[in-house]
Amino acid sequence: MADIAQRHEPGHHPDMAPPASEIGVIGWLRRNLFSSPLNTLLTFVASYIIYLIVPPLIDWALISANWGPGTSKAACVKSGACWTMIRARFGLLMYGFYPADLRWRVDVTFVMQFVAMGALLIEKVPNKKYWAIFFFLIYPVIAFFLLYGGLGMLHVDTSQWGGLMLTLVLATTGIVTSLPLGILLALGRRSNLPVIRFLSIGFIEFVRGVPLISVLFMASVVFPLFLPEGMNFDKLVRAMVGIALFSAAYIAEVIRGGLQAIPKGQYEGAMSLGLNYWKMNLLIVLPQALKISIPGIVNSFIGLFMDTTLVLIVGQIELLGMAQSSARDPNWLGTINTALAFVSVVYFSFCFSMSRYSQYLERKLHRGHKR
Amino acid sequence: MGQAIGVSDQAMQISDEVMIGMDGVHKWYGQFHVLKDINLTVHKGERIVICGPSGSGKSTLIRCINRLEEHQRGKIVVDKVELGNDIKNIELVRREVGMVFQHFNLFPHLTVLENLTLAPIWVRKMPRAQAEEAAMLYLKRVKIPEQAKKYPGQLSGGQQQRVAIARSLCMNPKVMLFDEPTSALDPEMIKEVLDVMIELAQSGMTMICVTHEMGFARTVANRVIFMDCGAIIEQNDPERFFNNPQSERTKLFLSQILHH
Repeated sequence: MADIAQRHEPGHHPDMAPPASEIGVIGWLRRNLFSSPLNTLLTFVASYIIYLIVPPLIDWALISANWGPGTSKAACVKSGACWTMIRARFGLLMYGFYPADLRWRVDVTFVMQFVAMGALLIEKVPNKKYWAIFFFLIYPVIAFFLLYGGLGMLHVDTSQWGGLMLTLVLATTGIVTSLPLGILLALGRRSNLPVIRFLSIGFIEFVRGVPLISVLFMASVVFPLFLPEGMNFDKLVRAMVGIALFSAAYIAEVIRGGLQAIPKGQYEGAMSLGLNYWKMNLLIVLPQALKISIPGIVNSFIGLFMDTTLVLIVGQIELLGMAQSSARDPNWLGTINTALAFVSVVYFSFCFSMSRYSQYLERKLHRGHKR
Repeated sequence: MGQAIGVSDQAMQISDEVMIGMDGVHKWYGQFHVLKDINLTVHKGERIVICGPSGSGKSTLIRCINRLEEHQRGKIVVDKVELGNDIKNIELVRREVGMVFQHFNLFPHLTVLENLTLAPIWVRKMPRAQAEEAAMLYLKRVKIPEQAKKYPGQLSGGQQQRVAIARSLCMNPKVMLFDEPTSALDPEMIKEVLDVMIELAQSGMTMICVTHEMGFARTVANRVIFMDCGAIIEQNDPERFFNNPQSERTKLFLSQILHH
């Protein structure tokens, strides 16, 4: 206290260290866990709930779990999770009914995809332009031939695709096509041209007013009725288009929110320099609007990733469907908890990475022009 | 020009070449008649200050010159290009007409240098290196070359406005429009912006400036225009405008802004 009592000349007060109770571990605990009687009570209640849930979960999933190989539920003698089933069904869960000797093609496709995406998303990797050209123009062609066959490779019908592979194909095509579509729809909704504006509004409002399940039903059952005789699209392509259009409508509204936050002065500044509509939007408006919209856009992407499970109702068996049917196998009856736990972990790891990346991106872009 | 004051001193050449012609221009916002029969001819090299009470249509008038606002009747010709609904003509005019705004309107997601080179690169198709070289030259001219790598949000208001002026100059415009460039600035930053504008005027740039800085009008303008209720009430050289205003409305306005 002597320090505080000490007098200093006006304007000559030295900087002093904060009191010990405000910094370090003790300071953190005081601020975050025990800052008031109510907070202290909540801390103890929360600790008790964690104590009730976490140890049994760890016991079930890890300690009392069955890890060994086996061919039926009989191999799972311990009381915990039956990971044996996941081991036995791993091929089905990952590739569906994709022929076992051709599964290397799926592996190659996704290794390429993850390498290219990593190169695009990680800041330090150079030559972004070439990676972008590869990922958006060349890779889709390669992926199509590798997965579907052709060019001398054996044809694998999309009805044989399944499991995680199908989930990732649907999610990737959905995300990559729905973002640009959503941007165009958002711009269209704010267009000065009435025809474009009303078409955009009509599309967005129609799609948002209909559940995805009915969009998928329409795509797989109703849509073919309107096509001329003999002309038909692959069922999976129709599901892809359905998911992409559905997601685009939601993303359009998220981006429209971002566009509305851009001050009129930005448009006027850009116009006064002679930028035309597209350059103004691409260089000035969208970079700022998309930055604001990142949380909403990633939210939509995560929703899309989850929504891929709905293709089950048009007969495509993706990861969740495959896990359920595995647990329904007479040999593996009673393993549904394990199956759902496995699926949850896989979904969580993908969606959590998306969420973390979006937070990283927000921080990075924020650093760029902080006030 | 016989006045022995300010920039006119420099024996500035005002040519006979017409830069901007406004002929019987009317504009409405819905039912509200904002511009009423505006007739204005601006010659190459002229420096015009427009003043008047708020809501008198001064900003609207200069915003019509680069078609940020459209007029409903009359004819506006800028550098021999008539402004109408033709988007090509509008972009042609905007390329040649620089504009500085009250709130700067810099692009916050780009560095100062990127703000300056954006339009030369994307509109004039200038190579990046050349655009950057020119941009640094203009930054030196507005006296902040050391801020090139910063973002607009890191600069003071006066510095931002000088960047905005440099950004317009990078397009090598034939006319510069200033829409109350110092109204949003802290008092101690007004001078640094006005100094840049005075220097620009001395270089022979055709300028139209909406401002309440009457000192600036006296030193720099060769014509002062007074607007009220959407019409041009009076225009004269600064000497006569300030010392011997003709209309009662002008006298009232001047007495209010000069004596407080």
